[in-house]
Amino acid sequence: MTTRREFLVLAAALAAPTAARAQVDPNLAANRKAAFQAALKRIAGDAPVRKGRVKLVLPPLIDNGNSVPLTVSVESPMTEADHVKAIHVLTEKNPLPDVVSVALGPRAGRATLTTRVRLADTQTVTAIAQTSDGAFWSDTAEVVVTLSACLEEGLI
Amino acid sequence: MSLRLLLLAACFAGASARAGEIPPDQRRSGYETMSRETRAIQDDDATNPGMLSVLDGEALWKRKAGAADRACADCHKSMKGVAARYPAFDPARGRPVTLEQRINGCIVERQKAPALAYESKELLALTAYVALQSRGLPIAPRIDAKTRPFLEAGREAFHRRQGQLNLSCALCHDDNWGRHLAGSPIPQGHPTGYPIYRLEWQSLGSLERRLRNCLFGIRAQVPGFGSDELVDLELYLMWRARGMKLEAPAVRP
Amino acid sequence: MARAVVTVPPNARRGEIVEIKTLAQHPMETGFRRTQTGELIPRDIIRTFRCSYNGTEVFRAELHPAIAANPLIAFTTVATESGTLSFEWAGDNGYTVTEIAAIKVE
Repeated sequence: MTTRREFLVLAAALAAPTAARAQVDPNLAANRKAAFQAALKRIAGDAPVRKGRVKLVLPPLIDNGNSVPLTVSVESPMTEADHVKAIHVLTEKNPLPDVVSVALGPRAGRATLTTRVRLADTQTVTAIAQTSDGAFWSDTAEVVVTLSACLEEGLI
Repeated sequence: MSLRLLLLAACFAGASARAGEIPPDQRRSGYETMSRETRAIQDDDATNPGMLSVLDGEALWKRKAGAADRACADCHKSMKGVAARYPAFDPARGRPVTLEQRINGCIVERQKAPALAYESKELLALTAYVALQSRGLPIAPRIDAKTRPFLEAGREAFHRRQGQLNLSCALCHDDNWGRHLAGSPIPQGHPTGYPIYRLEWQSLGSLERRLRNCLFGIRAQVPGFGSDELVDLELYLMWRARGMKLEAPAVRP
Repeated sequence: MARAVVTVPPNARRGEIVEIKTLAQHPMETGFRRTQTGELIPRDIIRTFRCSYNGTEVFRAELHPAIAANPLIAFTTVATESGTLSFEWAGDNGYTVTEIAAIKVE
């Protein structure tokens, strides 16, 4: 229940200048897609990013978008001559496209990473691997993100 | 209408409050409604974020504190079985208390230190450390002449319709468990894993926090932490889950 | 207070690929959340994670706000020799945590 004091504070906040309030970007989807493309360019430059060799595993329907288990593994002998140098994970609909970037080498034994990520919406997640020969390989996974049934609005 | 009919109606009304109770062999922990991946997080101590709090709790357990300069470890050895029988009757207060209240009681009376705030990192850590030591044990709150009135109060609260949405706990968690509410499966609501690491909170939290959230969600009055109403409800919930294994610290969506 | 937990097998055969799991206690505040009155809560995250094996870096990760709170980072490394695995997390507001684990390689 909102107390009178909370109501007054909220009313004051609403009356505050525009910049202080959360603004919804009317071009949200397009801007985030563009940010994704820019991140891709930063990672691979003009080199082609081919589908294959990378396996991105995410649960298709997740319990909670706040913490989604994610595993990337890349087929590679992981020798000095032929190994994975880096793994990147990107999203298209999160506020920022980058999720995590990993630098590794033959000492890893296997090119694999497991972590937990935040996903803002139902979307496609992309994993990119850079191999020692300078090539880029990728995989994508579709994830459905639902909100919790009972929204608590910060009540502890 | 004859008295007999009235009595019959009264019987029926009384019976329907129990009609939805889940048969003991059909009870399922919220663990089983989670995805395989979330279950895996709980199953592995190396990946369960709740274990970070357990380690904090272990450190606090061993640390001397308060005017009495005592550590929990100075008096207490193993806490195996303790969490499984809470809420438990406290003779000093003449009513059941939660594990959190018991811990605070000890801190104030034995360590002579100020009580820890509800949902504080420290209280959650200590609770998690104690609860872990009952992991795998059957939930077994003691119900006898002393605790029965509070159990009945909790049962009444569980079945009472309340709030703007006029819902009772029983309507969802006894009568409609397994069905989906806005994309999420409705669990039976057994407190088998508290304190839980809830993905929605991204932190550890107590059963009282979860109950307050639920009541807020159905737009009902939210009782304060440690209130009689909440503790009675917890006693009922633990009794309702009697025999089920404690999973603390569990992970839940 | 437990700042991080690392799980490393204590023993391994030379050349064996071992699994390492690390868990760090950190809220990973994204910088996108707002208070009830609309103010932005500033970003506070772990930015880098590094694993060194007897002084040589064998794994490094750059984390962004999309990594969930209390980050889990699990990876593998080849058990080359006995020694010390050292793990370092660094982030906003001067956050820095180091953990070490011994490994015996036959």
